[in-house]
Amino acid sequence: MIVQFELNGKLVKTDVKPGKTLLEFLRDQQIHSVKHGCDHGECGACAVLLENRSVNACLILIHSVDGKKIETLENFSTHEHLHPLQESFLQAGAAQCGYCTPGMLLSLEALDREGHPVDEAELRDALNGNLCRCTGYVKPIEAAQKVFQNSKKTEALS
Amino acid sequence: MRVVGKDTPRVDGHALVRGKPVFADDIQLQNVLHVKILHSPVAHAKIIEIDTSRALALDGVVAVFTYKDFTPHYYTTAGQGYPEPGPRDMCILDSTVRYVGDRVAFVAAETLEIAEQALDLIRIEYAELPCIFDVEKAMTAGFAIHPKTGATGIHDVHKNIAAHLDAELGDVDAAIAASAHSFSGTYSTPFVQMASIEPHISLTWLDENNRLVIRTSTQVPFHVRRIVAEVLHIPVSRIRVIKPRIGGGFGGKQEILNEELVAAVTLKTGRPARIEYSRKEELYAARLRHPELVKFRLGFDENHLLTAIDLNILENCGAYGPHALTVMSVTAQKALSMYKSPNIRVNGDGVYTNLPIGGAYRGYGAPQAFFPLESLMDEAAESMGIDPIELRLKNVFQVGDDIPIAKILGEGREGFPMVLYSTEIAACLIEGRKLSHWDSIRGAKQSGRYRRGIGVAVAGQGSGIPGIDMGSAFIKMNEDGGFNLQVGATDLGTGSDTALAQIAAEVLNVAVDKIIVYSSDTDLTPFDTGAYASSTTYISGAAVKKAAENCKSMILEQGKLLLGVAEAEIVDTAVVAANGSSISFRDICTKSFYTEEQKQIMGTASQLSYDSPPPFNATFAEVEVDTLTGSVRVKKIVSITDAGQIINPKMAEGQVEGAIPQALGMALSEFIPFDEKGRPINLDFNSYHIFTAKDMPELVVRFADSHEPTGPYGAKAVAEIPINAPAPAVTNAIYNAVGVRVKHLPVRSEQILGELLNH
Repeated sequence: MIVQFELNGKLVKTDVKPGKTLLEFLRDQQIHSVKHGCDHGECGACAVLLENRSVNACLILIHSVDGKKIETLENFSTHEHLHPLQESFLQAGAAQCGYCTPGMLLSLEALDREGHPVDEAELRDALNGNLCRCTGYVKPIEAAQKVFQNSKKTEALS
Repeated sequence: MRVVGKDTPRVDGHALVRGKPVFADDIQLQNVLHVKILHSPVAHAKIIEIDTSRALALDGVVAVFTYKDFTPHYYTTAGQGYPEPGPRDMCILDSTVRYVGDRVAFVAAETLEIAEQALDLIRIEYAELPCIFDVEKAMTAGFAIHPKTGATGIHDVHKNIAAHLDAELGDVDAAIAASAHSFSGTYSTPFVQMASIEPHISLTWLDENNRLVIRTSTQVPFHVRRIVAEVLHIPVSRIRVIKPRIGGGFGGKQEILNEELVAAVTLKTGRPARIEYSRKEELYAARLRHPELVKFRLGFDENHLLTAIDLNILENCGAYGPHALTVMSVTAQKALSMYKSPNIRVNGDGVYTNLPIGGAYRGYGAPQAFFPLESLMDEAAESMGIDPIELRLKNVFQVGDDIPIAKILGEGREGFPMVLYSTEIAACLIEGRKLSHWDSIRGAKQSGRYRRGIGVAVAGQGSGIPGIDMGSAFIKMNEDGGFNLQVGATDLGTGSDTALAQIAAEVLNVAVDKIIVYSSDTDLTPFDTGAYASSTTYISGAAVKKAAENCKSMILEQGKLLLGVAEAEIVDTAVVAANGSSISFRDICTKSFYTEEQKQIMGTASQLSYDSPPPFNATFAEVEVDTLTGSVRVKKIVSITDAGQIINPKMAEGQVEGAIPQALGMALSEFIPFDEKGRPINLDFNSYHIFTAKDMPELVVRFADSHEPTGPYGAKAVAEIPINAPAPAVTNAIYNAVGVRVKHLPVRSEQILGELLNH
């Protein structure tokens, strides 16, 4: 069947086999930031933004995204500039092996787009679907706090 | 120091935060075959009949492999030093299956879906054999799990003993009989799984010269090359193993788990092949931490000094014995390297059962040692009326002490003498006491539904395997005054590429971004035994330091030649002569390449150590027990580590912060039970619960000011040590809160509630 959707700002029109997951489709398209970790929506390594919300691509059937907007980490930096969350993860040492990092970044970006001030508990809530076996979540939370504090300050000034 | 001890961002950090295609599976192979394994549904059986005709007839199936396709060849999947110290008891495929999950066959097909369908079409008739699931009955079962004669290195085939060890110093029985206080207890630790978020994945193809390329998520690329060459009967020279970025290993990838299967497919078909374990396969058909049933006896004199430590280990190896001997050896070595005692004894058996296979998992036998030891030390302190911290301070090994177990119990052979050159465990305990508010929490009166408690435990580990682990490095200079550093050492997400770059940069007076690191490619980097046993900073780091020093000497010599002087020295990044003339690194290399005294400036070195200085850790756990439900919540962990000089503080903190939730998982939430047929339960992340962001307690992580004289820039290891002490610290805290002693992990609320109700 033919589905049409927006992927990282570009319109995609494709003939897909029903039953194919968004994860399989994206990796076939060489969108490699979307990782495979469990196939059951439990680890969050395949998180993408679907209409600004973080979802696990392994649970989304490709035909169900018809007409929707999908974003992956490939959309968040240019070859010169990192997204503030990426920069903060880099500086904080929040990526150890880095396998769960794209999913974490997208979950945090989704939270940021909700547009309200957040506390640490909400950051932990946002990352609760992203399993990480390396960091104990300490540095990812620290990195996120720095970005969210900065953006709040910006809001207050403007 | 300019670079060592500083928070350099990771050399691979940019790629990782951008989600760049750096992992094993992030390349697209053309015309690739997908490989799936058929795992045994029964725990012990002989394959009477195996019919692959219907699978082969399925459109898109290219090959099906069964035991009939391989002449029996016994090997071990353990990626260890060679010859391996444990049994060689496994074939690629066998006509007997020995646990639910054992390999029966594997299929190569055009798509993953077809490969999965083909598995269902393989017809097998099993003749079921008797099973052993109870580790205590394994030696007297009356039948052998490995009765064949082809396997080698099994300690006692008939009693199902894969490996055995015993050692004694002094007279333990007499010392305990004569002691003022003696204590004993039996404890057990469960099967837990490494659960790296990246599953095991291997890709193979033939290059333009018909050589076999294996791109795999491994901690041990050189062992992969050796073992694949051996089991597929091809020369080492025909294999290239590439380790890209790895999505966590924790020991699980110290195993040759599926590389030989995809390699067999590629060699047979000439086509690229790919295998990736599912999460379910990871949890039961990869490797797990060996469960151990451990009995300790401790004797103390009237001054609360240990007079005897007696240790009995019953290790559950599961169906095969990779790491059987060495994990148990580490349990013994680490348990007996913490406290000074004139009489020590260990007796251990690693036994086969029809359960999943034990392997290497961070700590490698040490968590199984310290949960019992530190629990019993806690009991002993209470019984003798001494503060548990004081009891430990009185008994820990001190600088200058001989650690006699190191000599009498090595890695499958006699070990090497060991003297302790550095320990700050006392400082760790004192600092942790303060930061955890030990004194106020410990003494607080408890009442009401929620009871708070605090517990402490200490632990040690090693820094590489003495006399066995070898690392090497090659450094070459470029005309911009920078360097390529090539190391066999394997960064599996730990950040070792960065730490090694820092060491090279420190020696060579340059910034870290002047060091281009390339690691773990058997064609391009020198040998390294691999990333395990906490060896990379201490062993590979020392090799890098020596290689950099050799390179630096050559820079100086070349600088003197180019300046035409006999005496000069290196100042920053220039060679400066006594007469004031000087030449920059950049000019030295440019001239050496293109115009004068032409040669490549480079350095190489190898490192082997007969020392394995133990890093130490003291962990304090604060818990809250709900007396209505028996459930336990960890509120705070204070973890203080002596890892010698820290090379990169942020990365070292990351090691500790990541080890704690793994340890808490073993203590509280991770568990794989089996039904009466040996079939595992909890095979997904919903039921096999690893700690999430919301589960985490407050962590306070610190390092003691420490310097190890035998380590590169004073460094010891940091990767494994922080995983050992949290579990006993938690159970000791539970005891402090509600008076219930947990001796069998994981902690079960029904045990706590049951004992509270019976009080």
